[in-house]
Amino acid sequence: MSSTSEDVQEFVDKQYKHGFITDIETDTIGAGLSEDVIRVISKKKGEPEFMLEWRLKAYRRWLTMSEPTWAQVRFDPIDYQDIIYYSAPKSPGEGPKSLDDVDPKLLETYTKLGIPLLEQQMLAGIAVDAVFDSVSVVTTFKEKLAEAGVVFCPLSEAVHSHPELVKKYLGSVVPTGDNFFSTLNSAVFSDGSFVYIPKGVRCPMELSTYFRINEAKTGQFERTLIIAEEGSHVSYLEGCTAPMRDENQLHAAVVELVILDNAKIKYSTVQNWYPGDENGKGGIYNFVTKRALCAGINSKISWTQVETGSAITWKYPSCVLRGENSVGEFYSVALTNNYQQADTGTKMIHLGKNTRSTIISKGISAGHGENSYRGLVRIAKTAEGARNYTQCDSLLIGDTCAAHTFPYMEVGNPSAQVEHEATTSKISEDQLFYCQQRGITEEDAVSMIVNGFCKSVFKELPMEFAVEAGKLLSVSLEGAVG
Amino acid sequence: MLSIKDLHVSIDGKPILKGINLEVKAGEVHAIMGPNGSGKSTLSQLLAGRSGYTVDSGSVTYKDQDLLELAPEERSWEGVFLAFQYPVEIPGVNNTYLLRAGLNAIRKHRGEAEINAVDFLKLVREKAKLVELDESFLSRSVNQGFSGGEKKRNEIFQMAVLEPALAILDETDSGLDIDALRIVAEGINKLRNEDRAFILITHYQRLLDYIEPDFVHVLADGQIQRSGDKSLALELEREGYSWLDSDTGSETDAA
Ligand SMILES: Nc1ncnc2c1ncn2[C@@H]1O[C@H](COP(=O)(O)OP(=O)(O)O)[C@@H](O)[C@H]1O
Ligand SMILES: [Mg+2]
Repeated sequence: MSSTSEDVQEFVDKQYKHGFITDIETDTIGAGLSEDVIRVISKKKGEPEFMLEWRLKAYRRWLTMSEPTWAQVRFDPIDYQDIIYYSAPKSPGEGPKSLDDVDPKLLETYTKLGIPLLEQQMLAGIAVDAVFDSVSVVTTFKEKLAEAGVVFCPLSEAVHSHPELVKKYLGSVVPTGDNFFSTLNSAVFSDGSFVYIPKGVRCPMELSTYFRINEAKTGQFERTLIIAEEGSHVSYLEGCTAPMRDENQLHAAVVELVILDNAKIKYSTVQNWYPGDENGKGGIYNFVTKRALCAGINSKISWTQVETGSAITWKYPSCVLRGENSVGEFYSVALTNNYQQADTGTKMIHLGKNTRSTIISKGISAGHGENSYRGLVRIAKTAEGARNYTQCDSLLIGDTCAAHTFPYMEVGNPSAQVEHEATTSKISEDQLFYCQQRGITEEDAVSMIVNGFCKSVFKELPMEFAVEAGKLLSVSLEGAVG
Repeated sequence: MLSIKDLHVSIDGKPILKGINLEVKAGEVHAIMGPNGSGKSTLSQLLAGRSGYTVDSGSVTYKDQDLLELAPEERSWEGVFLAFQYPVEIPGVNNTYLLRAGLNAIRKHRGEAEINAVDFLKLVREKAKLVELDESFLSRSVNQGFSGGEKKRNEIFQMAVLEPALAILDETDSGLDIDALRIVAEGINKLRNEDRAFILITHYQRLLDYIEPDFVHVLADGQIQRSGDKSLALELEREGYSWLDSDTGSETDAA
């Protein structure tokens, strides 16, 4: 491979397509964190008193906590006083947002990202909540969803429109004080999506949230809450990108899902935060807490994640299987190239009888990437007849990357069946040469083999995202060989 | 079509090919025979562009180009095909998907349009029949879980789809039972034509009962020791390779 500086530049540009910055006027508060800052955030959002109290309680708790150190990741200390906790694009006028109120620059930004927000241009059948830095700028198809009784709006709006639901469920799955990053999020979260699917309703379209970090030095702390009432169904997608910057930026999100009797949530993520450059400079620190509570009988949660971005990923979407016969699934592809580090996996907490869980994890490491699978399967004493199947595969490209697996198993009921399989393989010279001999370039061969490796996860994604995810992997792997 | 001149190749400083000369014209079938370790696979992999070999001297000209300058996929686009002695398994990659990607890359190089899905399916079905490869193999991962014979048949099937100008078959006959050998040989015979050349690397004479070569070469100790017509293969069958040992010994001494 040639390595003149233009080539490198070209490669970087090619590798991360979403690295541009939107020049837009913002309402930004100074860096630093204190009770006053939290009061300002709460006030800017016009929150009711109960939310402010909730935040302050979390903040006081957070002050007593320290950053976790058990993950297989290394990074320079984060200065929490050097982060901006609130930044919002100035919108021309308050009140309910419609597309007409949205700054054209923002619409252009999302169009550039491949997420057109004008409803007539949109992918049919997908409603989008667009979160830009700290706030939701627009939510599409709201009316159409409302006809079905579905609530899909920014969380900051739900605090006003559905305070009783927010009071009841916010923090019910990830309690204040759960962990360092989620507690920080509870104190300072600025926006995110709220979804409520009423009893018996099958959500008529895919819901999705698209997160964009734009402002420098800003942390993004969004919070998502989804409630699926008895017998309801919803498929939800999230995507994210950020500009290329030399400093690291913090993203500490919380996602809570509540699933009642016979309800189902399918939650898919394509995570493409800026990963840093080829020397490991810059990139997003992605420290995320995601958890689903299968509270009802026969309830089901299926997490699918494709993690290609971020300098550091620290993320364990989990399932608490409390309802009898409830089902938890976790399908994951995590890719680390250059100097990216990922420590990701899941927790399956079996509490109810005959609960079942499946974990399929595919880790791909290239360059100097470090990829760890960390997963817990806990079968409580009460979980008579519980079953888990875990399959955890690692694929290495080159000799300078690493893969680790940290499976934890706690089986408290003798009737449980827990199965764990793990493999590590390497893309071999022989495989690449074979493909090349058949006319396929080395890069195409790598992406073909990687896509093959991930097939069992991609098939869980909604169709158009599966295609996107495949392309994204190929782009993220450019320069991984040769 | 192919002209190899005084080719010397080493691996990690160890000389493997020690002055190969070979001329192959369109329409010809050349058999290369020789004992284990004589450099047959080294020669075929080198021609296909595998890395790890050092060309110390000599040249390889293919269709008026310096073959050694081309990347492996470029050689494939130019019509060089290697049926591997040990085809590798590629889990998760669909057999026909790989083949279609390869065929389209070759077509693109020739300035032709991509083949559409329907035509491609027709093509692969027809070619699978040629080597009596069950259609279930089309949708399986490349070589994964294939028996030795199935892997070899899959190689010939791929060759039939890609229609190369120069096909190098590295011990495609090894490990085949007599029925499979016949099927593979017939498949190859059907692909013979005046524009296409074959280099058949084989250990045994028996493949040549089915495929009549124009030339037979004996490769031993990195050199072509003898060349002749098909009668040479029969002679080898009777005498074995033992006569080579003493010969090459003295030649090495002389050199
Ligand atoms: N990758 C390699 N590294 C070192 N030696 C090799 C390598 N490949 C082949 N050789 C050596 O080169 C010689 C020729 O091998 P090969 O071409 O496979 O012979 P054949 O195909 O005729 O049996 C053998 O001595 C073998 O050990
Ligand atoms: Mg050999």
